[in-house]
Parts: sequence; C-alpha cells; structure tokens
Amino acid sequence: MADLSCNVGGIKAPNPFWLASAPPTDKLYNVERAFRAGWGGVVWKTLGLDPPIVNVSSRYGAVHYNGQRMMGLNNLELITDRPLEVNLKEIKQVKKDWPDRAVVVSLMVPCNEKDWKYIIPKIEDTGCDGVELNFGCPHGMSERGMGAAVGQVPEYVEMVTRWVKESSDLPCLVKLTPNVTDIRKVAHAAKAGGGDGVALINTVTSIVSVDLDQMAPEPTIDGKGSHGGYCGPAVKPIALHMVTEISKDPETQHMPISGIGGISNWRDAAEFIAMGASSVQVCTAAMHYGFKIVDDMIDGLNNWMDEKGYANLEDFRRMAVPNVTEWQFLNLKYDVKARIDESTCIHCGLCHISCEDASHQAIREIKDNGGRSFEVIDEECVGCNLCMFACPVPDCISMERVDSGTEYQNWTTHPNNPMRVEDN
Amino acid sequence: MTTIDVRNGRLSQERLDLNFSDSHPPLEPGNALVEANRCYFCYDAPCIEACPTSIDIPSFIRKISTGNLKGSAKDILSQNIMGGMCARVCPTETLCEGACVRETQDHQPVRIGELQRYATDSFIESGETFFERAESSGKKIAVVGGGPAGLSCAHRLAVLGHQAVVFEAREKLSGLNEYGIAPYKTVNDFAQLEVDYILKIGGIEVRTNQKLGHDVKLDNLRKQFDAVFLSVGLGDANSLGLENEEIAGVYDAIETIAELRQSENLAELSVGRRVVVIGGGSTAIDIAVESKKLGAEDVTMVYRRGPEQMNATWKEQEFAQTNGVQVKHWLSPKKLKSENGHVSGIEFECTELNHEGKLSVTGEVRSMEVDVVFKAIGQTLDNSLDSDDEMPKTRAGKFAVNAKYETTLPGVWAGGDCINSGEDLTVQAVEDGKQAAISIHRKLSQT
Repeated sequence: MADLSCNVGGIKAPNPFWLASAPPTDKLYNVERAFRAGWGGVVWKTLGLDPPIVNVSSRYGAVHYNGQRMMGLNNLELITDRPLEVNLKEIKQVKKDWPDRAVVVSLMVPCNEKDWKYIIPKIEDTGCDGVELNFGCPHGMSERGMGAAVGQVPEYVEMVTRWVKESSDLPCLVKLTPNVTDIRKVAHAAKAGGGDGVALINTVTSIVSVDLDQMAPEPTIDGKGSHGGYCGPAVKPIALHMVTEISKDPETQHMPISGIGGISNWRDAAEFIAMGASSVQVCTAAMHYGFKIVDDMIDGLNNWMDEKGYANLEDFRRMAVPNVTEWQFLNLKYDVKARIDESTCIHCGLCHISCEDASHQAIREIKDNGGRSFEVIDEECVGCNLCMFACPVPDCISMERVDSGTEYQNWTTHPNNPMRVEDN
Repeated sequence: MTTIDVRNGRLSQERLDLNFSDSHPPLEPGNALVEANRCYFCYDAPCIEACPTSIDIPSFIRKISTGNLKGSAKDILSQNIMGGMCARVCPTETLCEGACVRETQDHQPVRIGELQRYATDSFIESGETFFERAESSGKKIAVVGGGPAGLSCAHRLAVLGHQAVVFEAREKLSGLNEYGIAPYKTVNDFAQLEVDYILKIGGIEVRTNQKLGHDVKLDNLRKQFDAVFLSVGLGDANSLGLENEEIAGVYDAIETIAELRQSENLAELSVGRRVVVIGGGSTAIDIAVESKKLGAEDVTMVYRRGPEQMNATWKEQEFAQTNGVQVKHWLSPKKLKSENGHVSGIEFECTELNHEGKLSVTGEVRSMEVDVVFKAIGQTLDNSLDSDDEMPKTRAGKFAVNAKYETTLPGVWAGGDCINSGEDLTVQAVEDGKQAAISIHRKLSQT
C-alpha cells in the first residue's frame, strides 16, 4: 500500500483527491457524504459577503459526444447563495468532525482591502486548513469586478493575495483562470503576493451550444442566455498544459499546485501529479456519477503506484516535467511507421480513408477474393499516428520505430532552418 | 385409436394478443442514438455491398445520430422503396449485419435493421414524400403482380415519368408482404401503410382481382402497353410426392399463413394439438412459430438435412426454438397415416449424406402421431399461368432473364421470385423491380 497523503503549501490531506469548490461542496450535508465516501479534502463552495447572491434557474449546459453524456459541462451558477454565518458554522462543524481531512474555504469578495480583511478573520475562526482565492469564475461575478475580472489582471492578483497573507497565516492557494494569454504571468503574481500555492484551472469561458429553435445560447433562461464556465473531460488537455507551464517556469517550478480540470479517474490524477500537482480537485465527474467514484480513484492510484514501486506521491510527482521540451529540441531523426495487425483487423477501412483524405496517402486498400486488406506504404508514411487513432480496434495499429535510434538532430541545427546554429 | 385434436380457441384473447404483438418492438430514440453511434462509418462499407439494394448504410446511420431523420429515410427509400418492410423482414444476419465489421470484431453487429426501421417509420408516419415524378413520357407499362417486385418497379417507373398499371391477382396489393410475412413481424397493417406510401407518388393505376392467364392475357397486354413487367411470384406449392397427400389435415403452409394474415379474429382459427412442419426455410419457420403462438402443444419442424443446409438462417432457427418449436434434422417424409380420412401420423426415413456427399436413406424409420401436417418445401411458378398465349421461356423452373431483366419475349421484363436473381427475399424482389424499371426506361427512351 502506497502512502497517498499530500501536502499542498501546508494544507495536508490523507489523499490527493479533493472536491473542487462547486455545488458538491456547498453545505455540510454534501461534504459529510463526501468525507464518508473517502475524499481527502474539499474546497468549500465560494463564500462572499452578505447579502447572499441569487442564482438563475436553468444553470448548466452540456456537450454530449457520440452517445457519451457530459463530455463537457458549463455552468452559470454563482458563488454560495447561503448567508455567510450559516456556511461558517457548518465549516467549523465539519472540520471538528473530520480533523484529518483538508477543509479549504474558497473566497470571493469585492476587490478592496476592507472587505478582504473583514472576511479573513471569520474564516480563520472556523479552524479550516486554508483558503483558496477564487480569481477564476468567468461568469456573473466577473461583471461585478470579481472572479476572473481580478484573475486576468496580475497586479490585482498580487495585491489581493498580499491583503490575505497580511491578515492571516492560513495557507493560501490562488485559483487561476485559464481565460488569459499566459498563465505564468498570473502565477508569478500569486507568488509575488505571498501565495502558498496555486490551484488551476478554473472554468473556461464558453457558450456550450445554441438552441436552434429559440435561437439562443444554452442553458436558455426565458429566451436569453449568457456565457458560462466550461469544465469536464473536454478541458483536461488545456488544464494539463497550464499546470505544466507553471511546473516548468523557473520562477514557479517549486510552487505547490492543486490541479483541476476534467479529472475523472486515478489515471487523470496521476498525469497531473506527474506534471507537478500535489493534489487534484474533481468536480464534473462527481456531479455526474456521485461521490463514490473516489473509491476507484484511491484504489486505482494505489495499485498503479504499487506496481510501479512508488511509495508516495513525491516519488513520481514532477517526473514527466523534464520531458516536456520545446518543439525545436525534438529529435527529427526519430522515425515511426504504422503497422497493421492483420489478425485483429476488422477491415473497416478507416485507416485507409483517414490517411487517403486527410494525411499522406500511405495506406493502400487491396481487394482480393471478395475481401480486402490494408497495407502501409512505408515510403509515404510520416508516422503521424492518425490511422492508429481512427482504428476502432485497440492495438490493431501500432507505430514501430524504424530509425537507427542512435542519431539525433533537432531544428536548431537543421539545414532548412535559416536561423540554425552551426552544428560542429 | 387416437383422437384427432384440431380446434380453435386454445388460448385466451389476451395471450393471443401478446403472442402476435411485435416480435421486435421499435427502438426508442435514446436507444437508436446509442446504436447509431456504434457504427464506425466504415470506408466503402461491407454492409452496403451485402445489401441487395445497396443502401448507403453508414450514411443513413450517421444521419440518425445527428438527428437528420428525413435525410436518413431518403438514403434508404431512394434505394429501396420498401425499406420499411425490409427493415422488418430481411434476414439481416446474413446480409448487412452479417457483413458488419463489428460482427467480425466482437459478434455484436450494429443493429442495422432496427435502425432502418427507426428512420423509415418516422418518415412514413410523417406522411411526407421526397419523390417527384419526371415529366410525363406518355409511355404505359403493365406490371403483372403487385408484390414487392411489381410495386418497386411501378414506383420507379412513375418516378421516371411513365404510367404504370398494376394487375394484381388478389384483393390486396403487396404480395407476400400482405399474405406471407408472419403477423408479429409486421404489426398494425404496415404492409398496406407502405402500399399507400408507394402509391402516393401518382401515376400508378391499380387493378386487383386480375389474374394472368385468367382475367388478363399476356398477348393483349403486350399489344396494349409499351412494356410488360412480370412479377407474378411463385404461385404453386411443391408437394411431398406421397401417396395420400390430399387427405384432410395436410396443408400447404403458404395457404394457412395467408389465411392467418387475413384473419380478423385469431381465436377463430383452428390449430392442431400436435403439428408437424416439413421443410427448412423461412416459410417452415413461420408456420411452425405461428402454430405454436396459436396454441399448438407440440410443434415439430422436420428437415431432411442438417441445420447448416437449412435455408432458414441460424437466427430464424433460434427464433423458432425459443418459441418452443422442436427442430429435427435428417428425416425424410415417407408415409402419411390416416384415420377416417384425416391425417393421424407420419413416418420418416432417417437420412444421411453418403460418401459421395449425396442424401441417402439409412433404412431406419421414425414415426410421429400428428393432428396437422404442413408442407413448406418451396414453391414453383403457377402452372395455370400458361394460357393459350405465348409465355417467356423458363430456366430452372423460373422465367429466364438476361442482365437487363428482359425475358425471351420482346417487350416483356420479369423480376422477383419468378426469376432466378438471388435469394427469394423481399429485398431482392425490390431490387429486381427497381432495376427492371430502369432497364425498361432505357429501352423506351431509345424509341
């Protein structure tokens, strides 16, 4: 049994699986259920100043793909709609009842020192393990100068983080919005303000679909819609890239990260940890299937770590980071060719047509005796992988390395590069 | 002495209603979406090649998945005007679904037949049509026989701007779709719904109770029309060649099946307690299952060869068995026993393939007590069609045609079960009719 415990900028939890600040964490009832199910921590749904906000009815939009439900989800729900005191009381209770779990409180108040310094002591009083500054939500609150409106301006991020750190010793995670050109600039600001770590990504600004009868974006509220925040499996690649950017940046490479974005299972979690995250936060998967999914997350990660011989998360955290390089340093001598396993081929022809219409015309259809087979033309195959992905049969098409394995040349020295450096 | 037990009302009305309800209920929208998304959208898909009417199956399935049901139905019906019936009755396991790459992959082919029904049902119910007739050619074609081949031919001729007159021997159009297909495969009078849909194109005149050689003469048709299309099907049932085949209780399966399809009240139909069906094709399966569903206690299907040689597909055999039909192989009928002029038993000789691979009898004999025997050993061209008129030449018992569906008589085309084009299936008949219409159109356009 591996040790799954984690420590994110001073916030400790028995496992790295936390529920992100969202509807699943908006009250004692859900959070208790989550802890009973085994979640290592929660980030309480964002608190604000009284009077509480109000929400609209019809709050989510979804992308279904090929019969799979909720590949992506967007929402226009705002922060908590319950009075501050109710939330504080419940947070205090939960922390008392579940001392070993991480209870982090997400916050969003107007961008002025007075309001932040008003709320921080009240949060500290709950006994929670830390705060997470919600500089991310792209919808609703941003119109009022909060959420992403702060997160998109590095100077504001630094300023507010500093106010929080001046008011309290509580570990402070800064939650980042992906709706920026360069995520590293915002992470620098969080660090400069004294933040103990970053949490990313928040949701991506989105219009998930258009109701073609009402001619309005979905979800449609009495004939109108508004942009929302996009999350779920569809955003994972974006999140993973942004986490990687921060892990690689010399200024932020040692900053603790809580990874968020489309994480649905232990494998996704392992990928985020390999890219530098110390914990992961989950929302859409729990909203889709309920809290029980954490069982496989814990179990699966444990089994995989045992198999690989990793005793704790630190054993493999950041392990993939050094292998992320710039394109110009990739080995241009590396060469792979598609190989089709005729014994498992079902002759659907998708490898042929995808290559024929969209790649390099490197897979030939051969008709014989009423049947057909497919053959890779090595001279034409550039090793793009498209056929392997189009093929519906697992492992039927694989890519075989055909270069010597000993040569290396990258773009910086390539003859076609007008800016090449001399290779001698 | 045994007592012959043939009577009606063996089952309650509720049980009958249940037994004769849709054996394969239509897909619900959610299931249709999931199933449609199982299609890989193969390049040059093998299912298309396996369909006698060459429906672009991946295309119509993709259109279901995007909610374009009208486009989906058009893909189907433009190739096969009886796409709705074929969706219900095609032995898809040997056609499109048998060729599906997912069958190769994991023996779970895409349920193409059910998806086809989903697309066509919704369109036919909508009452719309997308066919438009070309400008009138002034040509008139006689279509003899209003079954799938005849209706398909008439419809395509109408689309191409010709006038078609359909001469149908029976009261209703649709041939075996109306008189042959098992009722639980085509509930709610679908055959006539489809006929209405087909005739809606216009330009098709229907004359029923007009039997060739009796009410209408081929010579006259050839004089009165610019072309004649024969789609008369196979009107005669083969006999066993036994001594006393005419005794009571021994029936041609196709006649009983037609009676059952036309019955307004199944409870009035008599059925034997012990039924033996002789044959190994779809007709044998249908009469066996229908007898069982009417309340027969023991239904035994007897075939002189093995399961692999049966014309009925493995799925049809399985369907019969799950409906309580016992299937016996390698038995050839030898003798009918009777009591007071009614069949009471049947004797079989055991058969095997000899060293030359030919069927031979072993000398062993099996006998069974029965109340009713059904013969379902195939049909042939109706003998009575031979009037005084000159008829097209036959080959292997059916009208001989060339690749253009032309018979040996100038101006006379033929298609459907009365020619040797492929298997005797609705889908093949539809293809024959369509291709013959195109051939007639080409010929008439030359003159």
